[in-house]
Amino acid sequence: MISIRQALSLAVAGVLTLSACRKDPEPEPMPEPEPAVVTTPTTPSNADAEAAARDAAAREAAERERRIAEARASLLAPVYFEFDQSELSERARATLDAKVPILAANTDISIRITGHTDERGSDEYNLALGQRRAGSVRRYLEQFGISGNRIETTSAGEEQPAQMGSNEQAWQMNRRAEFDMLGGQIRVQQ
Amino acid sequence: MHHRLLALVGFAAVALSMPAAAPLHAQEEVEGVRIGLTYDPTAKPGIVVLPVAGAGGDSIRAMLQRDFDYGDRINVIGGQGSDLSISPGADGRPNYPLYARLGATGIVQAAVTAAGGLTVQVHDVNKQNVARTRSFQLPSASQAAEWRLAVHAVADEIESWVTGVRGIAATRIAYTSNGRIRLVDSDGHVVNTVGGDGIALSPSWHPTGRFVAFGLLQDDGVRIVIHDVQAGTSRIHPHSRRGTNMVPVFSPDGSNLAYAVADDGGTDIYMTAAFATGPVRRLTVSRGRISTSPTFSPDGRRLAFTTDRIGNPEVYVSGIDGSNPEQLTPFNFGDQSYRSNPSWSPDNVSVAFQSRIDGRFQIVALGLRDRRVRQLTSDGQNEDPSWAPDGRHIVFTSTRSGSRQLWIMDAESGRARQLTRDAGARLASWSGNLGGRFTAAPEPGGVN
Repeated sequence: MISIRQALSLAVAGVLTLSACRKDPEPEPMPEPEPAVVTTPTTPSNADAEAAARDAAAREAAERERRIAEARASLLAPVYFEFDQSELSERARATLDAKVPILAANTDISIRITGHTDERGSDEYNLALGQRRAGSVRRYLEQFGISGNRIETTSAGEEQPAQMGSNEQAWQMNRRAEFDMLGGQIRVQQ
Repeated sequence: MHHRLLALVGFAAVALSMPAAAPLHAQEEVEGVRIGLTYDPTAKPGIVVLPVAGAGGDSIRAMLQRDFDYGDRINVIGGQGSDLSISPGADGRPNYPLYARLGATGIVQAAVTAAGGLTVQVHDVNKQNVARTRSFQLPSASQAAEWRLAVHAVADEIESWVTGVRGIAATRIAYTSNGRIRLVDSDGHVVNTVGGDGIALSPSWHPTGRFVAFGLLQDDGVRIVIHDVQAGTSRIHPHSRRGTNMVPVFSPDGSNLAYAVADDGGTDIYMTAAFATGPVRRLTVSRGRISTSPTFSPDGRRLAFTTDRIGNPEVYVSGIDGSNPEQLTPFNFGDQSYRSNPSWSPDNVSVAFQSRIDGRFQIVALGLRDRRVRQLTSDGQNEDPSWAPDGRHIVFTSTRSGSRQLWIMDAESGRARQLTRDAGARLASWSGNLGGRFTAAPEPGGVN
């Protein structure tokens, strides 16, 4: 027997690929925050089925965790900028597009966007340029209906390079906007 | 006391500028003509600093010699740390002719008194007499930083007697190194290192030298911190508790702070009371662009700053109320793709800034009256200029030694010296003259 709550959780969680398609006589407890489900005693002849059900549920849970991790990585993936630019490249927009459904589905999540620059140019001007990049990202996300209240923006200028070095490769890695989750939790994957 | 002996012996052969019949008391001054026969602006007067008698005399002598040398207006005979000392003549007076042959036009003779003060006599080698005498009170040697500043102030005072221009030894430089603010004397001696919970950036001095303001980069924004150098305490300016607040500078009268605030709508410069929670006035309107790195004119009525409102960073000037913004950086000089970080000279003669030339930044000075441009550097990459109070020396960040360090240049002669050897130094700010309280004129005293 499946409770309405569990049914909703399954539906919201999306389609999970189960390697075993056996019928589960008893549902196993889902990962938190769902409450534990007491399984009814089984007869010895159902022991195999019960073991299989536990395995399937464990795989389901692992898959769920993997999807959450994937969503988290997507949410936190930096976007990169061309030299002296705060406009978003096509690639940057694609990276941002992937964040939108996660933010849309988990409305308790708030994020901070920090804009960075490479080391070239005035340190003081770069601190302002980093903010411009963060703002550019925020405006893009707001276009999709993500509320500005959920987004903080700040700048670190050239002060926190992702990669040391005075070469094109390092500079490219440093011209970026980074994302931090300030609050909320990813409970839903696409 | 040599002048007492002089009075007693009564050398008639020497033409004295002032009668010296009566013994002089410690606090009195003897007015004299400028040392040197004729004033030649192109020649630096040669000065000998005799060994300084009394406790701490060796340090004082070394400091005076170094300060004179660093000021670029005096030729220190025998060089820094010189042990040059010629035995006095039979009458106890300096052997003037011998010093003259060495190229000296003046001799500094100082002694630390039992009370810990410093009595200074400056001899005119050509006139073969004491041209100037003065006693200075020094802080107790246990107050090391104050004591050093006082000795530097004495050097500046002597320099004003000899050259007519006050020196810049009694000044300090604040800069960013390794995420903290370092305060050093003009000769590089460390006064203190200040930080906070974050990366400390872009310090600037209060005109009195009592406070240093700087930006503190934290995870969730940038705060403005005002550090009390004397008390050793710091506080965050209430208007900077949220958001990205950068590059604070004190107004010349010390009462206000100009600073830049960056938000998604651009970066603009604002002004507010430094030591009270007052209204915030907006000084620039960048319409979504960036205006930052403000520097005040000496009269506090105008502001120069970096702005990219025309597309690339340039230096603009406007009234302090934001009126009449106009581009300062010339249209026809050098690589016009990037000019920034202005510093307004305290004598109101020029604005220095960094300008990208042939792909690297160089320090450039623009004369405010004639609008002529002088490129001051060419070795390595050079940024963040800040003028000394004499409008002649300038501190800046340079990579010429292989890493980012502070260098000081004499804009007149081009001579440059390395100030720091830290783990990277940048974003320097040169204080005003901090020696006034040590050399304030004594009570009008008796006559010689």
